[in-house]
Amino acid sequence: MTEIGHNVSLSERARRIRRNALRMGEVQGQGYIAQALGVADVLAVSYFHATNYRPQDPEWEGRDRFLLSIGHYAIALYAALIEAKIIPEDELGTYGMDDSRLPMSGMAAYTPGMEITGGSLGHGLGIAVGMSLALKRKGSKSFVYNLFSDGELDEGSTWEAAMSAGSYKLDNLIGIVDVNQMQADGPSLGVMNFEPLVPKFEAFGWFVQRVDGNDVDALVKAFDAARHHEGAQPRMIICDTKMAKGVPFLEARERNHFLRVEPHEWAEALKIIDAGAVA
Amino acid sequence: MRRSKYIRPEHLLNNGDRPRLTTSAMIASIAGPDQPTKPAPFGHTLAALADRDPRIVGLSADLAKYTDLHIFRAAHPDRFYQMGMAEQLLMMAAAGMAREGFQPWVTTYAVFASRRAYDFICLAIAEEMLDVKIVCALPGLTTGYGPSHQATEDIAMFRGMPNLTIIDPCDAHEIEQAVPAIVAHKGPVYMRLLRGNVPLVLDEYGYEFELGKAKLIRDGRDTLIISSGLMTMRALEAAKELQKDGVDAAVLHVPTIKPLDEATILAECRRGGRLVVVAENHTVIGGLGEAVAATLMRSDVRPAAFRQIALPDQFLEAGALPTLHDQYGFSTGKVVSAIKGWLDE
Ligand SMILES: Cc1ncc(C[n+]2csc(CCOP(=O)(O)OP(=O)(O)O)c2C)c(N)n1
Ligand SMILES: [Mg+2]
Repeated sequence: MTEIGHNVSLSERARRIRRNALRMGEVQGQGYIAQALGVADVLAVSYFHATNYRPQDPEWEGRDRFLLSIGHYAIALYAALIEAKIIPEDELGTYGMDDSRLPMSGMAAYTPGMEITGGSLGHGLGIAVGMSLALKRKGSKSFVYNLFSDGELDEGSTWEAAMSAGSYKLDNLIGIVDVNQMQADGPSLGVMNFEPLVPKFEAFGWFVQRVDGNDVDALVKAFDAARHHEGAQPRMIICDTKMAKGVPFLEARERNHFLRVEPHEWAEALKIIDAGAVA
Repeated sequence: MRRSKYIRPEHLLNNGDRPRLTTSAMIASIAGPDQPTKPAPFGHTLAALADRDPRIVGLSADLAKYTDLHIFRAAHPDRFYQMGMAEQLLMMAAAGMAREGFQPWVTTYAVFASRRAYDFICLAIAEEMLDVKIVCALPGLTTGYGPSHQATEDIAMFRGMPNLTIIDPCDAHEIEQAVPAIVAHKGPVYMRLLRGNVPLVLDEYGYEFELGKAKLIRDGRDTLIISSGLMTMRALEAAKELQKDGVDAAVLHVPTIKPLDEATILAECRRGGRLVVVAENHTVIGGLGEAVAATLMRSDVRPAAFRQIALPDQFLEAGALPTLHDQYGFSTGKVVSAIKGWLDE
């Protein structure tokens, strides 16, 4: 595991990721804040428990690859990359600005630590298959993670990738799907009923776990089990998360795919997040 | 040119409280601050037409809300089909419904219809001449999200598809007229959508949309601007500016990109020794500009000069839309200065 700041708890990491995301959201006044708050615990465990990387050398050959297919979740990943010291904190205020390294939609060419260009949803798992095959060819011990969204479960390309990962028995591939029950047109199951997910991925040859994606301890166990699983098969961690987790008045908003937050509400949200701070 | 991702944007840091342009909403409007607009002209027009035409059904791929089809869905909930974020399925399902006598109107973003679903539109829909209407938001450079959402080459791709009619409307007035014309037209149509609060421009010129027809919106002796889509709005604004400097610019609006109204284009280009400028919200490759150029060449028509206002053959940058329009030559000011420069050559 990465040897940085082992004295800081994972929940504190998650809290700081939420804080970074809120501060970036405030720059734009609106955006994909609810996703970032919802997936913060998953990212905290990914970046501060499960993944090997060197903050000063984002392209270090021995790193685990962490692919974000969901371009609009960039705000969440930037928040984690800032906490991981891959991106300097003082750039946070440039989120979505002209000339920034932190564009609204995540792109590999713009940001250190951003492995792929997301945004056209449904690319990540297939690219992860290719990288997993390549790492095996190179004799690498690194894992490939792909964080994707429940909306991406609608795309055929995701299932093409899932089938091939099973067929190739890619035991160096770990899929993480953020089931936040939200898509552009509303709640996910109303858009397309993709359940039941566990038997679906199992039928495609995966080692599958389904966890509360806002429970840090459960996530730690799931990531450990995924990394140490004996079977020659790809691993899927289905994370049920809550949109806007940690800020109750934002959790309560119904249409939160693209959240509008009033100017005075940012400070209020930050106050709620800071109340959970560990000195 | 963008810097390496390992070089920090120092000029953005420590710049005090100077306000900066941000990419902001996906919903970025192309309307100017004081411009009259109409909300969701596509959604309202289609919903009203469906009252009288039971063949019309609506399908979207998790983008009803972002393509104004939610207006249709609210008016006719039982005739709306949510296909999930699955653009290939969207096109196949529309083909299936069209085979059974319905007229499916399907919506997504232009990037996803063109890049992801091309094969399905081509073979399942166009080759069979099925009555499917494909309406796509975010054409060309109408979002600052970067290449994943900027449909810079959709027209180039779709022009290559036999049987497909391609419409690139300019404003709300035109969308309201184009939608009924597309309902009446039998066969597959691709329409570029302007969504949300859409500028109203062409009503002031007494313009009427006719499918397949280019229309001269204003006449002028010095230069002929041939344009489609939102670039017609820019061309008209530029013509007003140029007038102040004594430059007389004509604007020929070509909303139907395919089939192209070659007769009108040739007739206009034969008139006088004018500089011909084609302005389009699309890459310089394979769009209206090259279509017009080939038409002129094939008919031995030589304007005084031929120039293009179009996007470069590049993946575009992310940023605020006004910044990008200026950077890539789409702002009225940039159109004016480009034309003046060419007239001085
Ligand atoms: C291929 C593709 N189709 C459509 C879109 C437009 N789009 C952007 S986000 C989104 C919702 C997808 O669901 P999800 O990622 O689960 O949404 P969230 O949880 O962020 O609300 C859609 C349809 C896209 N980016 N890519
Ligand atoms: Mg979701």
